[in-house]
Amino acid sequence: MKARNQGITRDSIFRVLVTIAAAITLLLIAAIVYELYNGSTASIKAFGLSFIVGTVWDPALKNVFGALPLIWGTLVTSAIALILAVPLSIGIGILLSEFAPRVVRFPFSLLVELLAAIPSVIYGLWGIFVLAPTLRSSVYPAIQGILGFLPLFSGEVTGFGVLTAGIVLAIMIIPTITAVSREVFNSVPNTQREAFFAIGATRWETAKHIVSYARSGVIGAIMLGLGRAIGETMAVTMVIGNRFEIPSSLFQAGYTMSALIANEFNEANGALYVSSIVEVGLVLFVITLLVSAVARALVWRSLRMYKGASME
Amino acid sequence: MSAVGIVVMIVVIAAAGYVLLYSGGGSGKPNTSTSAIVQAINYTGAIQGAGATFPQPFYSNLSAQFNILVPGVQVNYNGIGSGGGIKAFTNLTIDFGASDAPMTDAQWQAVPSLAVHMPMVIGGIVAAYSLPGVNTGLVFTGDLLAKIYLGQVYSWNDPAIQALNPGVTLPNHNITVVHRSDGSGTTFAWTQYLSASNANWASQVGSSTSVNWPLTSSSGAGSGNAGVAALLDSNHPYSIGYVEYTYATLNNLAYGYVKNAAGTVVQPTVDSFSAAVAAAASVLPRGNQTWSQVSIINAVANNATAATAYPVTTFTYILVYQDLSTVPGMTQTKAYALVAFLWWATHDGQLYAPQLHYVPLSSNVVTVDEATLHTITFDGKALLP
Repeated sequence: MKARNQGITRDSIFRVLVTIAAAITLLLIAAIVYELYNGSTASIKAFGLSFIVGTVWDPALKNVFGALPLIWGTLVTSAIALILAVPLSIGIGILLSEFAPRVVRFPFSLLVELLAAIPSVIYGLWGIFVLAPTLRSSVYPAIQGILGFLPLFSGEVTGFGVLTAGIVLAIMIIPTITAVSREVFNSVPNTQREAFFAIGATRWETAKHIVSYARSGVIGAIMLGLGRAIGETMAVTMVIGNRFEIPSSLFQAGYTMSALIANEFNEANGALYVSSIVEVGLVLFVITLLVSAVARALVWRSLRMYKGASME
Repeated sequence: MSAVGIVVMIVVIAAAGYVLLYSGGGSGKPNTSTSAIVQAINYTGAIQGAGATFPQPFYSNLSAQFNILVPGVQVNYNGIGSGGGIKAFTNLTIDFGASDAPMTDAQWQAVPSLAVHMPMVIGGIVAAYSLPGVNTGLVFTGDLLAKIYLGQVYSWNDPAIQALNPGVTLPNHNITVVHRSDGSGTTFAWTQYLSASNANWASQVGSSTSVNWPLTSSSGAGSGNAGVAALLDSNHPYSIGYVEYTYATLNNLAYGYVKNAAGTVVQPTVDSFSAAVAAAASVLPRGNQTWSQVSIINAVANNATAATAYPVTTFTYILVYQDLSTVPGMTQTKAYALVAFLWWATHDGQLYAPQLHYVPLSSNVVTVDEATLHTITFDGKALLP
């Protein structure tokens, strides 16, 4: 009797503790939103919606701020990163959980996860000194040779630009997506595999089913990767070229929201200038929320459609 | 020898050493007043400062040297940027602030109590370039540099560049213009020079820690002096950028000379920076007046009498409250320690500037700082005798 009462007390203490932990997270987010909004009121009052569609950033003369090139840069680099990283990462995840011999799995996973532990400034330096020169001298000219007629791949090739930033981001989010999706695939019950093999499915069909079965975990993995790509600052700043313009070609230099904040916040002088940089932070926050919500809905839907098809 | 004799001898030697140390200060120039001011410190603890990143290596070194001299006092300096320094200073979260640009009138009036500016050290900015076959010494004017940054002069063999550099073989190649991607005092000084030299630049771009750069056909942006220098190496030929003089010399970058308003071609050196300060010093305000209009660059850029002055020369400032009791947690003894540190930094501390490739303050500026320090009070009472 006594022991049971104790159990109930412990239960309720535990519940309170967990609730507090969750509440702190929510409070923290609320505090961040409040502080971002508070800091950007001057800029919101001065520019309103034109802040989001404006393309001029002039802290020196006119004191006019518009963030469209930054928003564009953030969305495009993140999209490139996802397009490159998601198929690769899910592939590696499947390989590690379904195909690779047991002896290789552990060391290989370790190596992939090691990539996630590399500080972003190192990726940035590597981007400046190794990746950008290589892309400029051999890869980009080859792409331009084949696809140069498209405006997307035209223009001068410097090695620093939107595409390079997207590639660096892709490399940075591959370990995150891979590690999480591999764990997710591993946690799929073996009965699922056995059942598929039992009805004579090939390994390919089984793997397709595993991905579909684990879709919510895979979405989570992709969201983690997307979150890192949208918010990544250091490495992108170092390779994107930091040019305040909406580039028409993927080889051109661009700018992202987080890169501008990192570059200009320290030495920003003047109330409206500082307020505008804080508003960039607010816009980044809102876009992260929106993009996560939309992407989650999209991926969820496509996976459900795919699952529906595979069931037929 | 008896024990007493040994003790007496040690005392005598120690006293002699002490006298030698503090009378000479190791500089060969006796500065008894500085040592007396430093010796009177009766404070143990930390002094917090924050602000500009450009002088951070100099301030860190000053802090270390001062800590050897006065082991009880630890001066901490965080290079968070000039804007952050002014903000923290205004919000009273630090004991002194630091900024590359003087406070604007709006900022200066927004502080809770009268703030004073003290020039601490001098920096110069040079046009560095990567041009195959051409070493240091290409000649520019401020107007020409502005036209290059505006994209109006876009080829290295442009007649305007050739006219200033007869005899130099300039390649027929487009110029890649490199600027800082991060907000910085260096950009502030550089754009101020371009504004003072070229009316189009002044009306189209202006000057600030970061500006709306004209989108020339070929350009690059790097973070910090190192980021700019990375875009001026042999992998990026035909490029031009601006970096701190000290950074250019330490990293063997090729850099240009400037033909100043007097028509003299001036090489950036400690001497030509000092000449620029001397040309501007006659119009310096007092520490407790507004410094918003102070600019060596503006004083020299169009001054035809400053023949030996290198125009792109700039102060970096420390900001303190004239009455230090404004700062929460400040005590009489701590306030005195801060003032004594600043006195030492503007005198003996300047000896450390050249080895870290900064330009020491010229004597006329030190005089201004001395007068400023004499006005600093705690609860209305002067701290220095």
